[in-house]
Amino acid sequence: MNRPAEIKYYRAELAGFRQRIVIAAGFVIVLFLVLIARFVYVQVLEHDRYFTLAESNRISIVPTPPTRGIILDRNGVILAHNFSAYTLELTPSKIDDLDATIDELAKLVEITPANRKNFTKIMAESRNFETLPLRTHLTDDEVARVAANRYRLPGVEVKARLFRQYPQGVSASHLIGYIGRINDADLKELQSDKRFDNYRGTDHIGKVGIEQSYENQLHGTTGAEQVETDAGGHAVRTLSHTNPISGDNLVLNLDSKLQAIAEQAFGSYRGSLVALDPKTGGVLAFVSHPEFDPNLFVDGIDSTNWNALNTSPDRPLLNRALRGAYPEGSTIKPFMALAGLHYGIRTATDTISDPGFFSLPGSSHRYRDWKPSGHGTVDMHNSIVQSCDTYYYRLANDLGIDRMHSYLSQFGFGQKTGIDMNGELAGVLPSREWKAKHSKQPWFPGETVIAGIGQGYNLATPLQLAVATAALANGGTTLRPQIVQAIIDSRTGQRHVIAPQVIAHADITPAHLQTIVNAMIDVTRPGGTASVASAGAPYLIAAKTGTAQVVGIRQNEKYNASKLLAAHRDHALFIAFAPADAPRIAIAVLVENGGHGGTSAAPIARAVMDYYLLGKLPKAMTAAPETSAGDNVNAD
Amino acid sequence: MRIKRWLIKIAAHLDYPLLLLLFALMLLSLFVQYSAAGEDNTRLLAHGINMLVALTVMVMVANTPPQYLLALAVPLYTVGVVLLIGVALFGDVVNGSRRWLHVGVTRIQPSEIMKIAMPLMLAWYFHYHEATLRLKDYGIGAILLVIPVALVARQPDLGTALLISASGFYVLFFAGLPWRIMAGMVVIAGASMPVLWHFLHDYQKNRVLTLLDPTTDPLGAGYHIIQSTIAIGSGGSFGKGWLQGTQTHLDFLPEHTTDFVFAVFGEEFGLLGNILLLILYLAIIARGLTIAANAPTLFARLMAGSVTLAFFTYAFVNMGMVSGILPVVGVPLPMMSYGGTAMVIVMLGFGILMSVKTHRKLLKS
Repeated sequence: MNRPAEIKYYRAELAGFRQRIVIAAGFVIVLFLVLIARFVYVQVLEHDRYFTLAESNRISIVPTPPTRGIILDRNGVILAHNFSAYTLELTPSKIDDLDATIDELAKLVEITPANRKNFTKIMAESRNFETLPLRTHLTDDEVARVAANRYRLPGVEVKARLFRQYPQGVSASHLIGYIGRINDADLKELQSDKRFDNYRGTDHIGKVGIEQSYENQLHGTTGAEQVETDAGGHAVRTLSHTNPISGDNLVLNLDSKLQAIAEQAFGSYRGSLVALDPKTGGVLAFVSHPEFDPNLFVDGIDSTNWNALNTSPDRPLLNRALRGAYPEGSTIKPFMALAGLHYGIRTATDTISDPGFFSLPGSSHRYRDWKPSGHGTVDMHNSIVQSCDTYYYRLANDLGIDRMHSYLSQFGFGQKTGIDMNGELAGVLPSREWKAKHSKQPWFPGETVIAGIGQGYNLATPLQLAVATAALANGGTTLRPQIVQAIIDSRTGQRHVIAPQVIAHADITPAHLQTIVNAMIDVTRPGGTASVASAGAPYLIAAKTGTAQVVGIRQNEKYNASKLLAAHRDHALFIAFAPADAPRIAIAVLVENGGHGGTSAAPIARAVMDYYLLGKLPKAMTAAPETSAGDNVNAD
Repeated sequence: MRIKRWLIKIAAHLDYPLLLLLFALMLLSLFVQYSAAGEDNTRLLAHGINMLVALTVMVMVANTPPQYLLALAVPLYTVGVVLLIGVALFGDVVNGSRRWLHVGVTRIQPSEIMKIAMPLMLAWYFHYHEATLRLKDYGIGAILLVIPVALVARQPDLGTALLISASGFYVLFFAGLPWRIMAGMVVIAGASMPVLWHFLHDYQKNRVLTLLDPTTDPLGAGYHIIQSTIAIGSGGSFGKGWLQGTQTHLDFLPEHTTDFVFAVFGEEFGLLGNILLLILYLAIIARGLTIAANAPTLFARLMAGSVTLAFFTYAFVNMGMVSGILPVVGVPLPMMSYGGTAMVIVMLGFGILMSVKTHRKLLKS
């Protein structure tokens, strides 16, 4: 190989090499541009998404539940409040061996298998840096024992937590209701209402009564602590803090003393009483007897208590005032009489002759009066005072079902009253349409006849009866029944009074109403069906007794209360308002299997009115008599 | 006086533009490591010591004339291959792969030696067959390449195997590997993908599959990619600021001082920081390629070119992996990741570049 050739070779080789260097440089630049494109995509175009991901990686929101609002009666008596109790709390992330720690704690304080089970349950649903309650309501002694051993129990602490308490116990439990642990159904509802975020950290929610219907006001606004967490979920530091806002306090129209008197007055009877302020619709008393203890439900009711409540034949969990639907019986007669006057079918002085029964033209079927011998010649006044059935059979037949339905609707029968509590039943005020829908059968004239005395298809709740009675007391104006009088804003302390709400005006001329009220006053006077219970009252009472049939009585069979099972005896009804000349209270009472309204239901109403109007406490109430009352007071 | 003259002599064999760029990179690296290690001074000190050791190695190599490096090629390659065989037979298993070999009191990772021995060996071969390069020589080069790569791939350490084969391939490329053969290799590689796939370990397959959709395995193989992409993406255009990266400081980002240190950088310095880092890398690569282009001998040219492109490959593969466009393979980010061995290897490469640059006259004469 000669030298020039080598140089030529070298030059060509070097040129080739440099060409490849340039190619390599191009390769480098292209791949770096690919990287830059990737960075631009991730850091600029997708920045927001990744930023959010990084934030959610890092920030945990630890909710601070608000204090639930308290519930007071009209006089400031506490019906529901929160009290602080010591709980034994564990922070799972700070504990190496959870089981061993719990075993150790069990030597100091009582820890039931149920406590352990519950703890495992709530731990599964929580973040591990939160402290979780193992046992609630520690005694002072237990607190001291845990405190003395705390140095060797890391991750264990005693905390004060707030618990709901109902200091009046069973009283007014159906009205107040209770709170309970949030369950799956509650959770679904909270999520669908978009309220769920406000319930992070909240364990309890109103289940029934006004605890439920005023849940939004009582709950308050959850606060939050923004906690920075590491990849292991351990809290590193608190970033920010928003205080919770306590729930609003509720002041009720309820008079808890009146409520207690009414509840006692029921004695061993089952039944219901609703007392309203006719001028405002305020609910003064709301009884469904027997009651239950709402405190049992707050931390989850145990199975023994639950079974006892749930299987009791007295059905203490049934809210009779709201959901008990009973035939109105004779308490519908004043409204029927008004309908007769309104449509000009009857005048106050028109009389009928009562042979003790009514038959439809061309029919042999006898619709019997409660008084087999009949009342003789009866005008409208006497038809109410003596509660003459035949008068109303005839009146109903003359009015016809359409007019009856139309007129009675004005008093709220067959419709929900709109009370500020959930779960109300509408009852039944039958009509042709209702029956067509209900049984796909035409309306029969005989059904009109029995509807005239509040039987047949007719059903009303004690609350509806009270609302209708209040409308009579109020000159025909129906007000929405209102449990809550005012909401007190927890931040400002401002009292927002809930204004009375008129829902209907019935077509009543004052003269017609006066006729009916006069008759209702005479119901409470000697000769009237409620005279015994009303004796000696220093104020005027306008009232009407009623009986709701529980079992049908066959034709030609005589009703004999003593021969019937107690559970098949008629329900006793009583509606009243007082003072009749300037009404301040309107009441409906229902006593299940109480027989006749004047005997069992009226005394209960009397005790309530005496206290409300006179401040007079009733004589110690004894259990209601089991014996059947005499014939003259059995009148209905 | 003698020390001063000695120092001047040493300093004469350094390439100052390259040194300046390296110092800039090291400074950046110290900042990132301080943040990544949770503001830990001892970790920072250890990183600084690694840099000093690596700098010393670089200076020593820079002062070694290329003909000595040429002489080292065969022994180093042979020792490397022997050690790799030793690893295969007696190596320690760490994290499911056999990579480390006990030598006396210490453990060494022979695959790291191969990162330098491989291009050295091939450059030696082509240097001595310079005048008569035939297709056969490329074939022999390929065989020299495949032996250690296969041994490393078997460990298994796919990442390092790829880097070693890349550094060897760059020698072949600069030595004039014909384009038609490269095209053929691409075709063969493409065709053999399904076969290669079959030979991959499950975890390696997972890494590739995970790259396609990290969300399929958010707590397993996908976790690294998801968290590092979140870190980079959340940094945005200008970053969260030094020491302000939440992904790092709250431990969401795994391996944040080593292979994933770039995510820390991207989170705290943003797109701006990333581009700055790329420019720095690009400047170093440009300097390396310039040195290669002006190198006097084939050996020097091949070594300089290969070392520079290897440096590029480390950087690209690491950043591509951390930003989620390449599968997760264990490749550190040159000069930025924590770890002494990797840094020494990289700086050793720069030492070679400086040696090539500063021994021109010696070679020519």
